[in-house]
Parts: sequence; C-alpha cells; structure tokens
Amino acid sequence: MSEPVALKLTAKDFKSDQEVRWCPGCGDYAILAAIQQFMPELNIPRERTVFVSGIGCSSRFPYYMNTYGMHSIHGRAPAIATGLSVSRPDLSVWVVTGDGDALSIGGNHLIHALRRNVNLKILLFNNRIYGLTKGQYSPTSEVGKVTKSTPAGSADAPFNPLSLALGAEASFVGRTIDSDRKHLQSVLRAAAEHEGSAFVEIYQNCNIFNDGAFDQLKDPTTRDDYLIRLEHGQPITFGAEGRFCVVHPPGGFGLEVRETSSVRPEEIVVHDATVADPAYAFALSRLPGLDLRNTPIGVFRSVDRPSYDSVVQSQLAAAKAKVTETPEQQLAGLLGSGDTWTII
Amino acid sequence: MTKQIRQLDRVVIRFAGDSGDGMQLTGDRFTSETAQLGNDISTLPNFPAEIRAPAGTLPGVSSFQVHFADYDILTPGDAPNVLVAMNPAALKANLADLPRGADIIVNTDEFTKRNLAKVGYQASPLDDDSLAGYVVHPVALTSMTVGALAELQVSKKDAERSKNMFALGLLSWMYSRPYESTLRFLERKFAARPELVAANVAAFRAGWNFGETTEDFAVRYEVKPAKMKPGTYRNITGNAALSLGLVAAGVRSGLPVFLGAYPITPASDILHELSKHKRFGVLTMQAEDEIAAVGAALGASYGGSLGVTTTSGPGVALKSETISLAVALELPLVIVDVQRAGPSTGMPTKTEQADLNMALYGRHGEAPIAVIAPRSPSDCFFAAIEAARIALTYRTPVILLSDNYVANGSEPWLLPDVESLPDLRVEFASEPNGEDGTTFLPYLRDPETLARPWAIPGTAGLEHRIGGLEKADKTGDISYDPANHDFMVRTRAARIETIPVPDLEVEDPDGDARVLVLGWGSTYGPIGAACRALRQRGLSIAQAHLRHLAPMPANVAEVLRSYDRVVIPEMNLGQLAHVIRARYLVDAISYNQVRGLPFTASELETTLEEVLKNV
Repeated sequence: MSEPVALKLTAKDFKSDQEVRWCPGCGDYAILAAIQQFMPELNIPRERTVFVSGIGCSSRFPYYMNTYGMHSIHGRAPAIATGLSVSRPDLSVWVVTGDGDALSIGGNHLIHALRRNVNLKILLFNNRIYGLTKGQYSPTSEVGKVTKSTPAGSADAPFNPLSLALGAEASFVGRTIDSDRKHLQSVLRAAAEHEGSAFVEIYQNCNIFNDGAFDQLKDPTTRDDYLIRLEHGQPITFGAEGRFCVVHPPGGFGLEVRETSSVRPEEIVVHDATVADPAYAFALSRLPGLDLRNTPIGVFRSVDRPSYDSVVQSQLAAAKAKVTETPEQQLAGLLGSGDTWTII
Repeated sequence: MTKQIRQLDRVVIRFAGDSGDGMQLTGDRFTSETAQLGNDISTLPNFPAEIRAPAGTLPGVSSFQVHFADYDILTPGDAPNVLVAMNPAALKANLADLPRGADIIVNTDEFTKRNLAKVGYQASPLDDDSLAGYVVHPVALTSMTVGALAELQVSKKDAERSKNMFALGLLSWMYSRPYESTLRFLERKFAARPELVAANVAAFRAGWNFGETTEDFAVRYEVKPAKMKPGTYRNITGNAALSLGLVAAGVRSGLPVFLGAYPITPASDILHELSKHKRFGVLTMQAEDEIAAVGAALGASYGGSLGVTTTSGPGVALKSETISLAVALELPLVIVDVQRAGPSTGMPTKTEQADLNMALYGRHGEAPIAVIAPRSPSDCFFAAIEAARIALTYRTPVILLSDNYVANGSEPWLLPDVESLPDLRVEFASEPNGEDGTTFLPYLRDPETLARPWAIPGTAGLEHRIGGLEKADKTGDISYDPANHDFMVRTRAARIETIPVPDLEVEDPDGDARVLVLGWGSTYGPIGAACRALRQRGLSIAQAHLRHLAPMPANVAEVLRSYDRVVIPEMNLGQLAHVIRARYLVDAISYNQVRGLPFTASELETTLEEVLKNV
C-alpha cells in the first residue's frame, strides 16, 4: 500500500463560514478551537469527516466545522450516526453531545452504541447543567443543586458518565478538560486512533448557568492535588512531587488514594488502559469525590474489540462474495424462488 | 370403492386448532398444493398474540382460512364451507362463523371430558343435537395418526404431533389436491431428522387413504383451475411481497438498502426476510428501540443508502420526531407501518386501518409527507417500489400503510419481469451548484421536482451542514427570518402536493352507476367482491380505490362529483371520509367497522344495497 498523501490541511480549513453563537466565555469555544487545530493531524480529507450532534448548546458544534455535518434531534445523534457509520465505513464519524443530550433523553442510544462498539468518536461536553433551556439541573448535576426547576435542591443522584460508559463495556473511555488544549488533543488523538466506539467526556464550563463547576481542576493552586493524569504504563501518582498515589487495597473491590510516602512502591497501581476487565477502569472512574478531588483524566480504557461496523460489513462482503450474477439476475431468481407454477 | 366426484366452483376451508397444533403450517401447505393446481386463492390466518396460550382454551385457538376457486377471487371468503376442528375449543370458537350445511371435520380424540370442560361444554356437542344442521365427520385423528406410525421409530409425542399432516392428507384427498410439493416440503423441513420426515409423510398418506376408504366421506370434490393470465406464479403474503419490493427498489436504484427495525407484530417478518438478503447489499439492523431504528435509517439515507424502517402503529408514534427531522432535512426515507388494532397495544395480531390520521398528520409543525397504501398481498411488492420511487425522487419520507390483513394474507402473484420494474436510479450531487461555480447550495431545488440536491459525505467540495433548525432557502444556513420560514413551510407543502401520481381509476362496468364506493388499502378485496355480487344481481355500482393518500390523485374531485352518493367503508371510524369531506366538500357516507377483522363481502353488499335503494 502506498503512503497516504499528506493533505496539508490547517485549522482554518476546518472553520465554516458560520458565525459562532455560543455565549462569550463559554468553554465550547476552547473545545472548538482545539478540535479545529487537531483535525489536520488526522490527515483525513474534510469530505470524509462527519460531525453529528443532537440538541443543546454543544450540539451547535457541527455548524462551525467545515466538514459534513448534521444537527439532529435531542438525544438521537448516536442512533443516526450509527446508521451512517455502519453503512459508510469509509467515513470518520464524530458525535458531539452534552450531559442532557447523551445521558437524559438519549441515554438509551448512547449505551447501545457503546455496547455494539460502533465506530464513532463520541465527545460528551459535560457542564453539569442545562444551558440551552436556561439553567435546569442535568443528570450530572450534584445532589442538592439549586436551579430554576429545583429551588429546594435537586433530589436525584447524578450519573457518572464514565462509570455508565464502562458499565456498557465501552472499548475506549477517556476524560479531558476544555481549558487544557494539549491534554484535550492528546485524548482525541488516542480516540481517533481507536477502532470502535471511543467515548470522551470533556469537562466544559458553562459560565452563565454553572460557572466555575470545574474550577478546582483548573486553578493552579489546587489542580495538581486534584487531578490524576493517567499515563499508560506509568505508576499512578499525582500532586506536588507525586505526593499521592493510587493503590488497590487487599480485600477491597476498588482503588484508593494514599499518601505515596505511606506505601511501598510496588503497591502503586501501574496504569494499564488495555486491561480487558472493565472493572479496573470502573474503579478509576469512582475515585473522584464530590469536591472533584482525585479526578483522573486521560485514557481510562482502550481495548481491542471488533467494531460493529466491521462485523456487519464482513457479513455483507461474505454474502456478496458468492454472487456471480448481475443484480437484476439475482432479483429475478429471488422473485421466482419457492413453490412456483406456470400458466400457459 | 368408487367415490362420487362433484365439481365445485369455489370452496372455503378453515383449519382450526390449538396454537401448538400446526394449523398455520397445515393451511400454508394446503394453499401451496392448491396454487400448484392453478386455482385462484386468497388466505387469511388468524392467530392469538400469545405464543402458547394454555392448551385447549379458547384464547389459544389458531386458524387459517383458505378460499380457492376456478375464477378470480378477491377475498379469503366470508364463511367457511368446511371447518377442520382439532379440539373442542376450535369448534366452539369458530362455529358461529359457519353457515348451516357446512362440513365439520372434528378430531374426536380431543373431545375428552377435561377438554370439553375447559371451554364450558357441559356435554359433548358431538353427542347431542347441537350440531344438527351441519354435516359432522367425526374422525379419531390423533389415535389413527399414532396407529399409522406404530411401525416407525418415533416417540408417541412426535407421532401425535403429526396429526396435522393426517388432517392435511384427508383434506388433500377430499379436494383432489396434488401433494408432491408437500412431500418435498417435509423432506426439506425435517432434513436433519429423517424419522420425522417418515412420520409426517406416513401421517399424510394415512389421512389421504382414510378419505379414500372410509364410508363417511362419500364424495370427493374438484375445483378446476382458474383462468389466469399466462406466466409464472407464486403464492405470496403481503409482508413477503413488501420485503421483495424493497430488495427490488435497491436493485433498480443501484443503492444499498438499509433497514433499521425494532421487532413488532405484525411487521417483524419484514425484518426477518430482509436479513436474508445481504448478497443484494441489504443491511439490516435490529435497533435498541423504534426511535433508534428510524434514526439509523435516516443516518444511512444521509450517507446515500435507501433508508427504510418497518414497524406498526405504536412504533410510528415513537418515530414521529425523527420523521419530522427527515422532512426538514429533505432526505429519502421509507417508513412501513403494518397497521394493527389500537390504540396502545390493542390487538397486535388483528387488523385495522386506524393509522391513516397519524400517517397524514401525526407530526409536529407543518410536516407533510407522502402516504401510500397497498390493496392486496401481492400489491405490497409494487407499493414498496412506489414508496421508494417517491422517497428517492422527491427526497421525502414516505409512509407505506400496510395492515395485518394484507401482511399475513396471501394470494397468487404473477411474477413481474425485472426489466419492467421502474428505473429508480438517482444522481448524487457531485459539484458546486452556486452561480459562482464554487459555492454549494444544499437547498437549491430542482425546479421540476422541488427536490434539493442529495450530496453525500465523501463528496469533495460539497461539505455542508444540515439540521433541524429552519434553513434559509438555497443556502441552508440557519434562518429565523419570518418571510423565509413562511416560504419554506409553503415550499415543503408544495413539494409533496405537486408529486405527480396516477389518476384514480373507476370501475363501473355498467357505466350508469349513481353510487361510488371509495376505499383505500386492504379493503379493496371485500369492496370489490361486494360490488361484483351487486352487479350480478343487476344493480349498478362504481368502485374506486385510493393507493396514494398523500398527495391524492388530481382527478379525485372530478370523480367524486360524478356520483350522487359516495360511500367510504373503512376499518376505522371514518378517517378517509373525514379527509374527503374536508378536502372536497363531499357529503360522503362513512361505513365503519373496527372488529380487528376484515370486512366480509356480504355485509358490504347489504350496506351498499341499502345506499342504492335510497339514491
């Protein structure tokens, strides 16, 4: 096979002519810019890239990308993208969604896309609030959240998006933050290289209705002690000079954070995103507390599993391989199959 | 002994038994034998939604009716001439449908005290005079089958299960059917278990021989072949024909067919059938729900497939929002609604035509789409091609309104010549269409069809974004401009309203009818049979049947105004009548029935006769 031709695309090539209409200061701007800058790296022609979205602030995303794109209906983007991806394996299909779109109205499609391992890159912009409908609590809002629809505080427990994706046995799960362009691009790079569903949660600030939701992870004075930067093959330590680490305590089911000085080096978990059992990545996803302490970011899980698209396409190819007739001849044969009789 | 042979022009037989008795299969085989002989046929299965209702109970009764004749027929027959009752429940459930003088063949082995009690018989109806007026043939079906299989290496249970083939053998003898196809069928079906081939064949032959030797059946009947157009035929159900129509649409358009479906009665057979045709490039996906099914189909259409979703009424309700998106996106999409009795779960295995309103209007906003309905099982093939033609040519969702009656009923189908099927090839947009030669305008319409270009991902230079937000004319950019919205709403309406569809044809052989019967969908058969009966009695009546419900043929107004009265029979509470009254200001008479069963020709005949008397 010959080397792919370098397309020499730039971020500018991925900017559409539409005026971007998010609120000034919205975290979506940073994500859009990071993705536009990152896309040329993939060396995929613009015409073979498709962004499909649902409804919500984040779902305006496709209008701003100079690729093919569809702004669809609330919650259904994974279903629509599934039909597109499985029938067009030549395309690179991305789904842009939000916490309400993906986890409330579209929860069913999300988990089924992940379970099937459809070849989609799913970017969930999580701002823990409903923005476009002006400030109601979302399925990722913390218990007790006071909003227009919950003046006495919300009564429902939130979803942990990564735990949910891992429960559906997603083959690729990652998390990143809108404000950290370099990290965001590194996770997207890994997602793009993954064959099958790649689910990426992006913490995104809504400065109008839920400002500062992730401040502890961004503030230079706290972020190092709060964020766990996962690196495949590296022991999981974080904080100033690796003050903290992650261990698997004997007898427990999960992972816990300890002072590094209190454990033996061999007790520190070495991150392996390729562990087949989703329980490991699930345990990682359970580390953060309500105050966002111990929030892992990076690639939690990346395992090889045949994509739905490839299985379906190989079934089609196997059936077609046996065909020796023209489609019209085949059709005539099909119509005349079974018990027939002829009247002269 | 030599049996008397009597010629008949038509017969209606109903096979009835427990859900586990294999009555659908028995009926299918009898139908196939009858088709081989060249009779015209129409069939009607009737089975419970429960997979195995408690054995021997009334809710567990499953039946299959077959009507065959030496002339062309339009319905599965109003009332059976012969009932095969495999147990007391089957007798009780079907007796009311039998005219006096009908033959009843009963399996006496099942008329035990316990089975009789299950259905509320105090005493066996075989022993008192409650069946006086019928010609009862008591046959120990089960024990004779077991006896016939005594020499074979099969379990008692398997031997008993072969009793349906004994019944089939007997009926095949009675009506002089050719049985070679059944023997071949049994060999195929039980290929993996030769002992069951032997058992079923032996049971079939025992039934045949019993007819020949017993004195209880003194007469054997013959129904001569019907005069049918020359050509090759097969017997086909509506769901099978519809599936083949979709495959044909794929072949004739050169596009891959993508079916997104969620299992639902009575539409699941289409998913099953299409799943077998991967060699045609047909891709089927069993989605997680109805919404995902239509969403995936729409996504596939966006990518250049012929996107199809198949369902029944409850599923269409769930798909409504996505169908509206398809209206806004102006992409091809075929939605098949195999209607069943509603609302809600209703009666899933029974027929109804009550989704017309939903098909025409069941969306938010002004969201007009095309709606068409097949009139008979074999017509489902051509209706599916027509639905695909409209969807592809005019880039619109099309609802194809089948129903349980045509979906599961069957009739002989004269196989079409593939080359005679419509050419459905489409052209994808391949280059910019703006005046400057570089801009692509995704909503610049073809002046003739009003369709927008179908520019599929992968086409360099035509990258564009579409979505549910209102779009500016031509550019497709988001627009909140009042005048633009008004224009786009009217344009979306016009592009459906101006789709050319064939004129409504009127059948009025006497030429002087003053009353028109207007129908749509599966009522074609019963209405046609009723009209024929009236004409045979010297009365004039005209019949017209709508295939296109949206848009309607251009000549409908003219046709309606040519008659003094218009009668509209429907298996709903007057949904088409409502449309006709509103659109054409015609005081149509609405005749309705919602019993989960098709109209009988005789009740329509009576109703229409009343109208004729009063014009």
